[in-house]
Amino acid sequence: MFALGTGTVNISIVDIWQAIIGLFSSGSSSSSSNFSSSSQIHTILFDIRLPRILLALCLGVILAISGAVMQGLFRNPLADPSLIGVSGGASVGASIVIVMAGGWIQSGSALGLSAVAAGAFAGGFIATILVYRLATSEIGTSVTTMLLAGIAIGAIAGALNSLLSYFADNDMLRQISLWQMGNLSTANWSRVAMVAVVAALLVGLFPRDSRALNALLLGESEARHLGIDVQRVKRRLIVLTALGIGTSVAMAGMIGFVGLVVPHAIRLLIGPDHRWLLPGSALAGAILLIIADSLARVVVAPTELPTGILTALLGAPFFVALLIQRRREI
Amino acid sequence: MALMAENISLHISGFNLLRDVSMRVEPGTVTAIVGPNGAGKSSLLKVLTGEMIATTGQVSLNHQPLHTWALEQKAKMLAVLPQHTVLNFPFTADEVVALGRIPHQTGILKDELIVADALKAVDANYLQKRFYTQMSGGEKQRVQLARVLAQIWEPTQLGDQFLVLDEPTSAFDLSHQKLTLEIVRGLAEQGTGVVMVLHDLNLAARCADNLVVFDSGTISAQGSPEEVLTEALISQVFGVKSIIAKHPVTQKPLVIT
Repeated sequence: MFALGTGTVNISIVDIWQAIIGLFSSGSSSSSSNFSSSSQIHTILFDIRLPRILLALCLGVILAISGAVMQGLFRNPLADPSLIGVSGGASVGASIVIVMAGGWIQSGSALGLSAVAAGAFAGGFIATILVYRLATSEIGTSVTTMLLAGIAIGAIAGALNSLLSYFADNDMLRQISLWQMGNLSTANWSRVAMVAVVAALLVGLFPRDSRALNALLLGESEARHLGIDVQRVKRRLIVLTALGIGTSVAMAGMIGFVGLVVPHAIRLLIGPDHRWLLPGSALAGAILLIIADSLARVVVAPTELPTGILTALLGAPFFVALLIQRRREI
Repeated sequence: MALMAENISLHISGFNLLRDVSMRVEPGTVTAIVGPNGAGKSSLLKVLTGEMIATTGQVSLNHQPLHTWALEQKAKMLAVLPQHTVLNFPFTADEVVALGRIPHQTGILKDELIVADALKAVDANYLQKRFYTQMSGGEKQRVQLARVLAQIWEPTQLGDQFLVLDEPTSAFDLSHQKLTLEIVRGLAEQGTGVVMVLHDLNLAARCADNLVVFDSGTISAQGSPEEVLTEALISQVFGVKSIIAKHPVTQKPLVIT
């Protein structure tokens, strides 16, 4: 409700209620006296803000739950899609699709969007597998290798992105740079629908592997001795996280640190058991991203900050604090 | 029924880690594997537990090739405690032990009882709500031991149960070493077959029914501690001169170096 009300144009709660009531009894209220103003409010609320809030909600769920799963998979609480190059890989995949497929994507049609999402998924998938192979050994994941692999993949992704931008024409360039900033302002109902499907898929499927994830925290061979089919669980989780990160990158560019900060906060609150951690993270991620996006819309009104900038500003200090804390433990 | 290795060999990247090893772990007995560093004891455990597949030969669990058991069924019969387990997440001790109940569908209430009993068995019930990440090495190892105990806490219809331990006492003080050996003997009396790698020959002599001396990837001798532990064998395998005496109380062989 707060998120609906805030923005460049402030809308009072009373007006929001009127608009919502108006929606359900459309015939009668649209003939009311201040017709033009109420239809304007209607447009702002239901065509601009509501899809955006729902997009933030779904993306928050996807990012946070994928982050939680990834940290379990890597057996390391510092794994985050944006830090270990997965988002980078996904953005390269999306760029390639935008540049290669050219014309028919620019319409912003659902088909074009799914193509970009598929590209981002493929990129994210390759990056995840690369980092996982590089960083994971029998005794667990080496933080150093993981972060270095992330830097390497990030660098390659950056170079490829620049290369693609270099060859892209104006329209494509605008498209590429727009979503690279991590922006939710392109929200519309078809995007919301797509993201909602992916979010529902992840929320439905991830919790079934909670116990397997718990066992995996002990190590792969220990999990196998506990009767977990580690290869299959791993493959499933990697495909699903890549799908989640790929979709979120395709829809809103790089929104960093949500996947790092949220699972951490939840772990501090309710412990590392994935049976509670996954739903907790999903909920908190949704809340955090809605708040961050609402702030992004108002702090420099009448213009807007890309949401990715805000989450990075909030998340980076948190990450540094974590590193310091871990150094003290060792 | 038994946990059995028949003529297994393991070749990895040009090295013969195991050569023609045959051993049999009977339910209700304790087998201790001793041998110098790098003899291949850990490789043997990995093949015995299905972690690695032998290049030739076969491992069977209760008369069925090990790899043909469904993973979950295998987990109900065979629990494995590795030498080190790295766990970076702040689970409490009882949450770690509860992981051992993953292969079972016995319900939360029953699992809670088993977890508490398992922790008590390893003298770690005072750790129940403490964070694993804040424990000492010996406490962590005891919690892990409780985890594998919880995994095979109750007999299963599928067949006899086996416990494989890789140097379970390495992080323990004297009293907990003794406690571990008592737990192991107690399990054997209830019908579980136990295999463990030990470094201390005297601990092995005191608690094993079957002592396997392992050297350069193959078995140098196996049998009861009294048969196996001779001055000649110890000098041949470990390159150390020693005297074999008799423990004044237990009458078991005592290796003095």
